[in-house]
Formats: sequence, structure tokens, C-alpha cells
Amino acid sequence: MKEATVVVQKPRFAFHAGLQQLLAFGSLILLVIVFSIASSNFFHFSNIVGILLSTAVIGVLALGSTFVIVTGGIDLSVGTVMTLSAVMTGVFISMWGLPVPIGIIGGLLTGALCGFLSGFTIARLGIPPFIATLAMMMIAKGLALVISGTKPIYFTDYEVFMEISLGSVLGDLIPGFDIPNAVLIFFVVAIIGSIVLSRTIIGRYNFAIGSNEEATRLSGVNVRNWKIVIYTITGVFTGIAGVLMASRLNSAQPSLGMGYELEAIAAVVIGGTSLSGGKGTIVGTVIGALIMSVLTNGLRILSVPQEWQTVVVGLVILLAVYGDILRRRKS
Amino acid sequence: MSRNLVEMEGIEKHFAGVHALKGCKFGLLSGEVHALVGENGAGKSTMMKVLTGVYQKDEGRIFYQGKEVQITDTRTAQKLGISMIHQELNLAPDLTVAQNIFIGKEPRRAIRLFLNDKEMNRQANELLKQMNLDIEPTTLVSELTVAKQQMVEIIKAISYDSQVLIMDEPTAALSDAEIEDLFKMIEQLKAKGVGIVYISHRMAELKRITDRVTVMRDGSYIDTVPTADVSVDRIIAMMVGREIYQPAKPDRQQGESEDTVLEVRNLSRGNVLRDVSFSLRKGEILGVAGLVGAGRTETARAIFGADPIDSGELYVRGRKVRINGPHQAVKHGIGYLSEDRKHFGCLLDMDVKTNIALATLGRFTRGGGWMNDKHMADVSRKVVEELKVKTPGINQKLKFLSGGNQQKVIIGKWLTRDCDILIFDEPTRGIDVGAKSEIYKLLESLAASGKSIIMISSELPEILRLSHRIIVMCEGRITGELLNDDSITQERIMTYATDRIS
Repeated sequence: MKEATVVVQKPRFAFHAGLQQLLAFGSLILLVIVFSIASSNFFHFSNIVGILLSTAVIGVLALGSTFVIVTGGIDLSVGTVMTLSAVMTGVFISMWGLPVPIGIIGGLLTGALCGFLSGFTIARLGIPPFIATLAMMMIAKGLALVISGTKPIYFTDYEVFMEISLGSVLGDLIPGFDIPNAVLIFFVVAIIGSIVLSRTIIGRYNFAIGSNEEATRLSGVNVRNWKIVIYTITGVFTGIAGVLMASRLNSAQPSLGMGYELEAIAAVVIGGTSLSGGKGTIVGTVIGALIMSVLTNGLRILSVPQEWQTVVVGLVILLAVYGDILRRRKS
Repeated sequence: MSRNLVEMEGIEKHFAGVHALKGCKFGLLSGEVHALVGENGAGKSTMMKVLTGVYQKDEGRIFYQGKEVQITDTRTAQKLGISMIHQELNLAPDLTVAQNIFIGKEPRRAIRLFLNDKEMNRQANELLKQMNLDIEPTTLVSELTVAKQQMVEIIKAISYDSQVLIMDEPTAALSDAEIEDLFKMIEQLKAKGVGIVYISHRMAELKRITDRVTVMRDGSYIDTVPTADVSVDRIIAMMVGREIYQPAKPDRQQGESEDTVLEVRNLSRGNVLRDVSFSLRKGEILGVAGLVGAGRTETARAIFGADPIDSGELYVRGRKVRINGPHQAVKHGIGYLSEDRKHFGCLLDMDVKTNIALATLGRFTRGGGWMNDKHMADVSRKVVEELKVKTPGINQKLKFLSGGNQQKVIIGKWLTRDCDILIFDEPTRGIDVGAKSEIYKLLESLAASGKSIIMISSELPEILRLSHRIIVMCEGRITGELLNDDSITQERIMTYATDRIS
């Protein structure tokens, strides 16, 4: 019973919340500076664009994952659902000859449907998120292989489709500023995600459920339905990642995707979102995703073998989360 | 010959702001069953937690078999031979009976890595046979009845050579036949010289099985008497205190409205709720008294749709309703304030305004799900002002508010929702004295403004102070319904609350 503390602690807390993001952002800047000094090849426009481009797909996946993780849940299916979305987009466009926009919407709907089904099994049937989405991961992986006949589906005849990722609307507007659309889409999606999470009722329930699901339910909130909505949102983000991926490779590769979910979760965690729910920001996730790709890119430029890069990323995850725990213990 | 097993004297214990034990004493002889009684919150559990090392005493001395001991943690208590049988059993359901008994001290083979299951089962069997229990050591605990599980737990305690057994409400979940078995076992333990502390609210049982009774009230030691020498009425009188302390009775006029806003008929769920029926009038505070485990919280949760029910009907303002979840209950204007604020009441990590708006978030949107934070802030500020919530601002996280102010925020949440049937489950639990009277005033003014209130409380003075009518529950049923007039005494309520019909 620690009822005696009626104290005013407001300023300190506001500072604390800001600090968390500041620290992640600081680490990112520090990494960039260190790599720039270590190698003259790092801080080049083309290399930076390369880093951003390689962040886009995982980044969008991580943005979607942020939503479920803030509720205290998890979605292990985002990697393979992304692949299934890509395959379905391929089926709609290349195989059925539907217009490209319809194909894209089909891809997004595929993701949404998978998210909805995960949400349904979790919220209505009471299956733990880890298991429900593990099952969805396998189902989506299998379906992607079945539907594609285990072979890649190419978009060779649809140049427009490739433009989605690799074209540059910005470059057309500002000559020389050739930032690929995929990067642009990543940031736009991040802004939308940030608005949804912080400014809409969905986001508010998101945090409420993550903070205390039972208290939220006992406040008359239909928690089960909202959870389905939130998993569906994650699904939509996953669909977007699928389309980006397909467009970038100019093909839907049915055997890719497995393992992406873990990288997405890693980005979310490095960004300061708590796996126990109730805390997290989209900005954090963007920074987390960037830290991961800066790290891989920088290490590659320094000729660190790929196997070691993975080791370093693992250590960074430990460090980021431990730092977060230390900070929380102090407060 | 009986000898002193345990002697505790001058035990003091403070929790932040609460003086939980005030110079308490307790003694236990070998071969004795010693009842420890008192109302909820009297300090029985705290006292026993000091003895078993869960809590550290602030002051006082504990003697065990004549020697002063420092019980710094539960392991020390266990080594000394002091074991507690908890109400919620501490067994691993997926292990066998023998594995549970020998957990942490499994017989091994010559190579220490390997277990000797045969030896373990043999020893377990021996222990079970000694106590005349017909349980196979290889049965999974989850396949046993609660009564048998409890006996396994007792066997487990004895296997540590426990000299002192503390039983907390051991018969709460047992049938009559099972209680007989338990009593037989207690007799056997007595014969072996084990001392037993028996915590129970059931007076009839105390008379039957215990040798002495120690009464506690409000954290103080009242008296220890031989059970044979006192009447049940006398024990109850000691538990509630002689001074009939009843300040300011509620305004009688108010409770006399004839409009029934909520009617509950034959609510039943397993053994927990049995045929609960009552009605609630407009502008009334209906007190629900009873001891822990009487089914009061369960009744509230059933009405609110938080737990499913087997059968029963609800009528809100004369119309029959089906409530399948809290989200439907709030649509009918029912709000519930949980006894466990921290876990079920509020979002500690979120701020005051979100907590106030939580039940009505949809109302604070601009359409399209866009949050209108300014509107939310305005309303929250008004609520904070009206309810006099002490907070530096509406952006303060709830965890930095005191219990009383958290409670006000939760009340504010339901007022924002325009709920006119409010169920308060222990509204002043963990709230200090000053804030209590504020909550009382708030409840009274809510009732005066036409809200109908069901107030569950374990504190009888609180029930008597606020309620227009009182229902008393015991073991899942309503055992008494009383108008709160001058003839009501705490003793009468306690008599209903311990009225066991099986």
C-alpha cells in the first residue's frame, strides 16, 4: 500500500518519455557519425538512399507490428503474410490480367484478411497471440507456395508496377533528388500510422488495452472487437509491405518472407516499444528500423562478414532492451 | 504434555500510512488447535504472514519452542517447521501427488542427477497411509478433488516435519463429508503434537474443532479464551467491538422511492452464486455485507456481465435485459468499480484524462474516429474539479495519485458515462481515513441526485453509515435483507454473515 505518495512528479515524467526517443535517435546519429568517420564510402547520397531503400519493406512491417505489440500482443505472421500478399498481387496482375491498382488493392486486402483472421482467433476463440499468429505464419507460407506453384510470379509486362518501388516521384519534381518511391511510401505510411496511433480512437484503445486489458474491458469497452480491428490494421500494413516487396523485386517470390517478422519485431523493440504493451511510438519504430539497416550497411562497408553482422544486430537488441529496463528501474 | 510451540509478543507492523498490527500477541501450544478470528482486515493474515516470514515485523519478539528466533523469510519459517496451508492451494496440478509432496527434496539415486521415483512413491505412500488417506501417490493432482488436494498440501507440510500448521479458511471449498475427513486428519495431527492455527469465520466449526480462540480487531489483540468457555455470540461481540459506533445514519427519506431500477432474479453460477435475488430502488444505497468469499464480488461481476452466469434474469427499469459483457452493461447505464483498483479499475500508466474518458471515448471523437483531445480535456478538467480530485493536472499518470484520488477518477469515469446504476465494490479499500469521508460524502450526494448504488463493503461501520437497506450474503446466497433502522446492529449482520446452510 503505497498510498501516501500524492506528490507532484509531472515534469520529471514528461522528460522521461521524451528521453526514451531522444536516446534512440541519439544512437542512430552516433552510428551514422561513427561509420562516416570509419569509411569515406558511407556518407554518400547513393549509399544513404540505399540504406533507406533497404529499410522500406522491413520498416513498413515494423510499423504494422507496432500496433499489435502496443496492445501487449505479437504477430509472428507478418513475414509470410507479406509474401502471400505479394503472391496474390502477382496472381491478380500477371495471371488474371487485372489492372495494376486493383491488383494492389487485392494485395492489401489479402493482408487485411489474414490480420482479421488472426485477430478473430485471438479475440474470439481465445488462442494466445503467439500461437494464433504462429499458425497464421505457417498457413500463409503454405498458401503462398500452393498458389504460386512454388515458382516466382514475374511482373515483366507491367513496368508501372516496378515504378511503385523504384521509380522516383520526388526525383521527377526535384531533379537530382532521386529518392525511390518505396522510401517515400515508407515515410508516408509512418506518418499515417503515427496519426492513427496517437490521434484516433483506435490508437487510444490500443494503449488502453496494452496498459490494462481487463480494466479496459470492465470500463465497457468491447475489447475483443477492437483487438480484431487492430490485428486487421497490422494486416493492412503487411499487405503494403508485400506490394512494395513484389514491386522492388519485380516478382513475387513465394519462398521469401520467413524471418522478416523477427527483424520487424527487433526494430520495434529497439525503438523503445515494450513487448508487455501499453508503451510505444511510431517514431521509435522508424528509428529502430533505421538503426538496424544503418548497422548492417555500415558493417558491410567496413567489410565485416555477414555472419558477424547478424551477431552485432543481436547484441544491439540486447543492449537496447536492457537500457530500457535500466531506465524504467530508475523511475 | 503440551508445551509452548510459538509465542509472539508485542508485534508491531506498519505499512505506508497504515498501522496494521498494534502490539499483538499470540501463543500456540503443541497438540492444540487454536482459532484466530476477526473481521476482514482485523490483522489475522498479517499476523500469520509475520510468523511465516512473508512480512517482517517492525517490533516485537517471536519465540519458537522457547528460543527467540528471527524469521527473515519463508525458507527460515519452513526450516523451523512452520507451514501455511493457503486458501488458494500451492500445488502443481500437472505433477503427481508424490512429486508435489517431495518437490525440492526428491529422493535421488547414487548418481545424484537421477531421480528415484520408486523410493519417492514409496515414501509418499507411507505418509498417506499414516494419515489414512486413500490416495495413490502416482495420481495427478489435477485429477483430485479440492478437498483431496488440500490434504495433499497438508501431507506436504508434514513431510517437512512441520510442528506448526496454519490453515487459512480450510473448509471454504469443502462439502460436509469432506470437512469431516479434514477434521479427522486434524485430530490425528493433534495427537502427534502438531500445533494448528485455524483461521475461519465459521463459528460452528470453531466450537467443534478448536481448543482456544484468539480474537483480533482493527490490528489489535483483543483476547484469548478457551473455546469451551465462550458462546458464539460472545465471540462475535468481541470481533465487532462493544461500542456500537454508528455515526450519522443515512437519510431515511431518500431510500423510500418506489421506483425499482434494477431487479436481479435467481442469479446462479456453480457453487459461487446460488439463487441470488434482490432489487435496487432509485436514489438508494443498498449495502451488501458478508465475509470474504461470500459471493458479493461475484454477484456484482455477474450483473455487470464480467463473468458468465448459469441462470438468472436481470430487469433494468422494468425491462428484461441480457448482458453478455461489460460493454452491454454500460449501455444499460450500469457501472462497476472493482475492489481491485490497480488490476481491474484503472490504467495506472495512463493519464487522468484518458482514465476519465475511457468508458466514453467514442463521445470524444470528431467523426471518423479522430480524437477530440480538447473536448476530452475540458470534460476531464470539469470532473476533476467537481469531484475534488487532488492532482497536479489532467495529464498526470494515474499511478502518481493516492488511492482515494484514483477512486475519484474512476467514479468520474462512470459519471461521464451517465451511469445511473453504480456498483461500488469495497469503495474505500486501501484509502486513508481522511479520503474515506470524502468518498462517503460523494456516495451520499450521488444517491441524493437520483443515482442508485450497490455498495459492497467488508467494513460494517461503513455499511451501517451509508446504506438505506442492507443485504447480507454467505456462501453464495442472500441470508438476510434488512432495513437499516435503529434495530440493526453489527452483531445481527455478523450472525447472518456466518449463517451457513449446507
